[in-house]
Order: sequence, then structure tokens, then C-alpha cells
Amino acid sequence: MDMATVLPVVWFGVIGFGVLMYVLLDGFVLGLGVLAPFAEDGSQLDHMMTTAAPIWDGNETWLVLGGAGLLAAFPRAYAIVLSALYLPVLLMLIALVFRGVAFEFRFKARRGKRFWGAAFAVGSLLTAFAQGVILGALVEGMPLEEGKYAGGALDWFSPFSMLTGVAVVFGYALLGSTWLILKTEGRLQLIARTLTRPLVMVVAAFMGLVSAWLPFLDSRIMARWFEDGNFWWLSPVPMLALVNAVWLWRAAMREGRDARPFLLTLSFFGLGFAGLVLGIWPNIVPPSLSIWEAASPPSSQGFVLAGLVVLLPLVLGYTAWSYRVFRGKVAADAGYH
Amino acid sequence: MDALLLSRIQFGFVVSFHVLFPAFTIGLSSWLAFLEWRWLRTRDPVWRELYFFWMRIFAVSFGMGVVSGIVMSFQFGTNWSALSIAAGNILGPLLSYEVLTAFFLEAGFLGVMLFGWGRVSEKLHFLSTFLVALGTVISTFWILSANSWLHTPDGYALIDGVFQPADWMSIIFNPSFPYRLTHMVLAAFITTCFVIGGVAAWYLRRGEHVDGARRMLKLAVAFAAITVPVQIVVGDLHGLNTAEVQPIKLAAMEGHWHESAPGQGVPLVVFAVPDAKAERNDFEFAIPRLGSLILTHSWDGTITPLTAVPRDERPPVAPVFYAFRIMVAIGLAMLALSVVSLWAWRRRWLFESTWLLNAWRLMAPSGFIAVLAGWVVVEMGRQPWVIQGLLRTADAVSDIDHTSVIVSLGAFLLAYAVVFGAGGGYILKMIRKGPQPFDDGPDSDEGERTPARPISAADGPVGDD
Ligand code: HDD
Ligand code: HEM
Ligand code: HEM
Repeated sequence: MDMATVLPVVWFGVIGFGVLMYVLLDGFVLGLGVLAPFAEDGSQLDHMMTTAAPIWDGNETWLVLGGAGLLAAFPRAYAIVLSALYLPVLLMLIALVFRGVAFEFRFKARRGKRFWGAAFAVGSLLTAFAQGVILGALVEGMPLEEGKYAGGALDWFSPFSMLTGVAVVFGYALLGSTWLILKTEGRLQLIARTLTRPLVMVVAAFMGLVSAWLPFLDSRIMARWFEDGNFWWLSPVPMLALVNAVWLWRAAMREGRDARPFLLTLSFFGLGFAGLVLGIWPNIVPPSLSIWEAASPPSSQGFVLAGLVVLLPLVLGYTAWSYRVFRGKVAADAGYH
Repeated sequence: MDALLLSRIQFGFVVSFHVLFPAFTIGLSSWLAFLEWRWLRTRDPVWRELYFFWMRIFAVSFGMGVVSGIVMSFQFGTNWSALSIAAGNILGPLLSYEVLTAFFLEAGFLGVMLFGWGRVSEKLHFLSTFLVALGTVISTFWILSANSWLHTPDGYALIDGVFQPADWMSIIFNPSFPYRLTHMVLAAFITTCFVIGGVAAWYLRRGEHVDGARRMLKLAVAFAAITVPVQIVVGDLHGLNTAEVQPIKLAAMEGHWHESAPGQGVPLVVFAVPDAKAERNDFEFAIPRLGSLILTHSWDGTITPLTAVPRDERPPVAPVFYAFRIMVAIGLAMLALSVVSLWAWRRRWLFESTWLLNAWRLMAPSGFIAVLAGWVVVEMGRQPWVIQGLLRTADAVSDIDHTSVIVSLGAFLLAYAVVFGAGGGYILKMIRKGPQPFDDGPDSDEGERTPARPISAADGPVGDD
């Protein structure tokens, strides 16, 4: 096998890893915003935001890596996806602007405090929804002619993408609530625990719905799952997801093991993500643009990969260190700088 | 208006907004590292007060730089997808290296820098500040390499309309990159320097925070006196390089329409109103031969005139011409101010002179204006090309309907007005409040919960695993 065959596969893995890291890490921060309306007062919202204040920027950086990595490794996919999904991407970017500055502004404002609290909540909600829509529209596929997007500006608007939009909102809320179980105590933790169980049910239901819908979107996905006895060795993915959901449901209310619900939510998301990727592979823009057709030449992919091998472990190392610096429960009156 | 023009307006708008923040935070993060180092060395509380004062301003600016930067990184796909397909093989890896070497570094240590006081050792905290500062400079390195490649592409092979990398060293260190990098890094430092000096002068005029303000003004004067002359020399070298690699851009900067008569040399046009239709300048005030002297270092050297290329390969001359003069005028004003201030310092009336302090206040935002003007020169001067001589801007745009771009442009205008208006307001408020005494115990703040004050050791999150 030559480089032009292997490198796109490696890069598919790298981009997948980046996106998963983003979904997990920024997912729980966005989840805090989705859950903001459940805060009983302003100081509880302060408390929620303080748990993420030192790390949100690093979490969001995985999105930038996903974008830049896609441009480097699959420029054609980057160009097609972003221009075809112009409006949902726009919604996501503007919502991210409001969500991001709210961290700094809310703690600087007096009169504007409520406004930036709302900006945090609405910005997070719309970001999550837009990301779900982008995901749904991508999985559904885009019509291409001669390697160019051949659909309209509103093609992304479909029942399936609306479903995935709402699903991601609830999914992030679950990440947020289990993060709060991990990082807080007392009243706020209790609220988070109480929210977690219904969220598990809703998210599991959405996952089931999306999985059931997927095979009907594209006969190739149908074939992947149900032909050649594939079902037998792919079926552990949904089975494990189900077991994971039940376990999470039980862990939510158990005192003392405050990290477990969060970790179980991470694995739950990981499994859901694996299911989706299995459905898309080997396309990067379903239904017809494969990773090999979209790939940049080995001279580009290899050049970045060489740096990635050295730099990514380093990045993961100091990121882990900064999480360690802020480990433990965050007190309600923990100050802002 | 078509999608092309709208996309250009949108890109110019969001990138101009974005670059205002790096222009400030690149310098500010190094300033913070300097302040923290002074505090650690001298244990003089004034340094620590200044550190926390500028750190809060930094936090707000950095937040705005990050969110506007995220927008930038998706613009190439949303609005310039044809450029992404043609040059993604080259721009993508450069931006990826920026993320891997700079953005993660900044973001990873930013949290510790802003929230880690008292949680990590003093040395580690200082290291975090330093690494954030280093990250901003590394970021500048990569993004300017990518940008410079669009101006002076090198190290590629053009196959079926797609640029393939052939030699990464030539791509990264393309011909205009060293000049642009040096000029931009200096520009960012100078911009910050004049903000610091302006704030200090304002405090001195009001008789507030006098001790800190004196130190800041002295440092600003000393720094400006060193870097502004260097910046002017670098700018001159940058221009000489442009004469070589992008002669038409230089002709637009100089308002130079026609071949000079033999032996006459090129005049230096100080002021004029360029008329692109008639291919000449109105109301011109020019100094004979000075252009030759500066650009070719001889009495009768010549440069390529605008009319050497057909009309549809010329940039819009007027904005390039004016923007260049604005930048140079600001550079010269900065030079004058720093020379006079240096002299006043020696004669010991630096802190007493009302007009000198007022001049520093007035010049506080001048760096931002010069930076924007500089970028207008660079980017508009390259038109109608997006990759100089190889890909036209008109062929780089996405195939999107113009309604979408109207919606997005409107949304960006509105959102940025709200967000950056508010952010600018908070920064001004923090400046008005000024540095506050650092207190080590839990403090009481006028009912305003925990916001704008440093975390002190006793007040940081308590808890265990
Ligand atoms: C890596 C690339 C890159 C970087 C760092 C910059 N630009 Fe640029 N700029 C472009 C890549 C680009 C571009 C994609 O190539 C554009 C879009 C259309 C065009 O012709 O060039 C452009 C156009 C463009 C325009 C519109 C020109 C016109 O269409 O008439 C303006 C005003 C700026 N830019 C301003 C800036 C500023 C203020 C920057 C400061 C950071 C900047 N650019 C950095
Ligand atoms: C058009 C090109 C540009 C793109 C695509 C871009 C992209 C970005 C992105 C995505 C971020 C946020 C990173 C994070 O999450 O921390 C960012 C921040 C930053 N950018 Fe840009 N940028 C551009 C132009 C520039 C230029 C010209 C400079 C410097 C001269 C610059 C310097 C920085 C710096 C220092 C930061 C850190 C945040 C800050 O200091 O405010 N960028 N940029
Ligand atoms: C007075 C002397 C100055 C001269 C002769 C000068 C010269 C130049 C030239 C020739 C360019 C365009 C390069 C190209 O062709 O692409 C440029 C760009 C630029 N200038 Fe200046 N400049 C001066 C002062 C300043 C000052 C004081 C600042 C800011 C504090 C500044 C900020 C910039 C920036 C940000 C750019 C765009 C980025 C770059 O190309 O580096 N300049 N300058």
C-alpha cells in the first residue's frame, strides 16, 4: 500500500479523534449553558460557569483543530461542507461568539449581568443545535456534481437534521449535568443529579431514533449493517451503548462516586460516535466523496502528520496538567480573577 | 451586489475586527510577563498591582480575539471555498501548525495564568504567563507565513489548477514573509506600548495611581524610542522588498502612474488625489527624485508604473495610497513623540508637561489605526489577485447565493457591534478604575460579586479530590 492510500485513513482517524475530543470537552461546557435556565439564581449560574472558566478556551480549540485539520487533509471536504452548510455554520459561529465572551463579560458587568447570563444560555443552546444540524445534514449526505456541491442553500433543512439538532442539545445537557455532579456539592449537585436521570432517558431515546433512521437514509448504511453477517460483529456497539445507558442511569443518584456519571457519559458518547462513523466510512462527505477523493496530496498530509505525532502528545500532556491544577470540587464562592 | 463583493466586504470586516485584538494581546502578554518578572525579582507590590490590572484587561481582549478568530478559521470554507480547494494543500497545513504549536499552548496556560494564582507555585505561574506570550508570537509566525504566501507564493507546483506543496521551507519562508513578520510583531508591540503610555499619561494628568503611572510612562517612552525607529527601518526594507516582488502594489502606494522621463528619477508624492480613470494624480504635491532615493537608493532609479499592466490587473489605487500615508504619518508622529519625551525625561519635565501628557493620551489608539491602515495597504494592494498573479479573487469565491451572504454580513455587523461595543466599554471602565491594591485576604466588594479582582490565595477554590 502506498502513502496516498494509507495517509487518508490515518487522517480520517485524526479528524475523528479531534471531533470527538471537541464534542466531549466543549460538549460539557455548552451543556452548562443549556442547563443555565435551571440555575435558581444568579450566583448558582456563576458557580456553574466558574467550574469551566479556566478550561473552556482549550476545549474550544479542538474545534479549530478540526477545521484547520480538515482544510489541511481534506480541502475539498472542507470547502464543500462549509459552503453547503453556510447558514447553520454562521449560526454556530455567531452563537459561539456570544457564548465565549459571556465568560469574561458576565463577571465584569453590573447592569449587563443578566444579559450576558442569557447570552451564555442562548449562545450555548444555539451552538449545540447548529452543531447537531450540521452533523445531521452531513450524515444525510450532499449532492455533488464534478466534485462541487450541487444543492441549494437550504438543503440542510430536513426532519432528520432537526432531529439530530435537538438530540445534540440534550446530549450536551447530559454531559453538563454529569460534569456538575463531578465538580460541585450541595444544592447545585442535587439539581444536577435530579436532571441527569431524565436526560439519560431522553438521550438514549434520541440515539435509538437516529440509529433506526440512519439505514433508511442511505442504502449503503443499510448494507453496512445488515449484509454479509456484518450485523453480528457490529452489534456490540448498540448493545454496549444500551448497557452503558442503564449503568449511567443507576450511577446518577449514587452518592460518593461523583466522577462515575461523567465518565459513563463520555463512554456513552464515544459509542454513539463510533456508531455514526461506522455508518459514514469510507466517505468524508456522504454519499459519494470518499476520503481518498477528498484528500490533499501526501506531501501535505505527511507534513502535518509528522508534527502531529510529536505535538499532540505534548498538547494532551499539558492539557491534562491544567485540568489537574483545577481538580476537585469548585466552591460556590470561588472567585473570579 | 453579488456574492463576491459581499464576501470581500465581510472578510475585510471580520478580519479587521479580529486583528485589532491580536495587535493588542501579542504585546500585552509580553508586558504581563515583564511585570510578573519584576514582581518576582523585587517584591515591590506596585508591580503586582500593575500585573493584575493589565491581566484583567488582557482577559477581556483575549476572549474577544479568540471568538473573532474562530470565525476567521471558517471563513475560508464558507466564503472562499474555491481558494480552499486550490490552495488548501498549502494553507491548511500552515494553519494546522498554528493550532498545534500556538493556540493550544495559549489556551492551555491561559487558564492557569488567569485563575491559577495561589494554586501553582510562583515559578509555574510565571512560566504560564510566559508561555501564553510565546504562544501569541508563534501564532503570528504561522498566520503571517500563510498570508505572505498568498502575496509571494513559492515552493509549489501548480497541477490542474491546484497548488501542490513541493518544498515546505520555501513555502513557509516565502520571499515577503521575513519582512511582514518582523514588521507585524513590532507593530503589535508598539501598539500596546502606546496604549500603556497613554493610560499612564491619563492617570498622571488626573493625579491618580501616580507611582505605577510613572513607571509605565517611563517604560513606554524607553520602549518606543527603541522600537519605533527600528519599525521605520523595517518598514522601508519591507517596501523595497515589495518593489521587487509586487511592483504594482508599490506603484499604487506611491501613486506612480507613468514611466518617468529618462534621467528624471521618481518623485516622492507626499499628497495627491489619485484619479484611476485619467491615470494621473490631481492636487499633487511631490518632491522630485526623493522617491528614487528612498526606493532605489540612487538619483535616477525608476520603479514600475501602474500603467505597465492592463487596467484589470491594477488594485484600487486611492485606498492603498491613502492608507499608506496614514500609516507612515502615524509612524513619524510616534517617532517625534518618543524623541521629545526622551529629551523631556532627561530634562526632568516628562511628568509635568501638560501638553506632552496630552499628546501621549491622544496617541493611545494610534497603533490600532496604523495596523489597520497597514493591512489595507497589503491586502488591497494585492487586488485583483488573491494569490498574486495566479488566482483572481473573483475565481476564489464560493458558489453561494448572495442572499446567504447578505444574511451573514448583517448578522456579523450586528453581533460584532453588540459584543465588541460592550467589550470595549468594559475595558474602558477597568482603565477608569485603575490598578487596585492587592489584598491577600477575602475582601468585601461593593455588593458586586467576585468579579473584577484578583483571586487571592485564601479565596481560591477549596476542596479535595
Ligand atoms: C491567511 C490569510 C490572510 C490573513 C492573515 C489576512 N488576510 Fe486579508 N485577505 C485574505 C487572506 C488573509 C484573503 C482570503 O486572501 C482575502 C479575501 C479576498 C481576497 O482578495 O483576499 C483577503 C482580503 C482582505 C481584505 C479585502 C480586500 C479587498 O477585497 O479589497 C481586507 C480589507 C483584508 N483582507 C484585511 C486583512 C487584515 C486587516 C488582516 C489582518 C490580520 C488580514 N487581511 C490578514
Ligand atoms: C485571516 C487569517 C486569520 C485566521 C484564520 C485566524 C484564526 C484565529 C483563530 C481561530 C483564533 C482563536 C484561537 C483560540 O481558540 O485560541 C485566533 C486567535 C489569535 N490570532 Fe488570529 N487569525 C487570523 C489572522 C491573524 C493575524 C494576522 C494575527 C497576527 C498578526 C493573528 C494572531 C492571533 C493571536 C495572537 C491570537 C490569540 C488570541 C488573541 O491574542 O486575541 N491572527 N486567530
Ligand atoms: C513610518 C514608517 C513605516 C513604513 C515605511 C512602513 C512600511 C510598510 C509597508 C511598505 C507595508 C506594506 C508591505 C507590503 O507591500 O505588503 C507595511 C505594512 C504594514 N505596516 Fe507599516 N510602515 C511604517 C510604519 C508602521 C507603523 C508605525 C505600524 C504600526 C504600529 C505599521 C503597521 C503595519 C502593518 C500591521 C502592516 C501590514 C502587515 C505587514 O505587511 O507587515 N507600520 N508597512
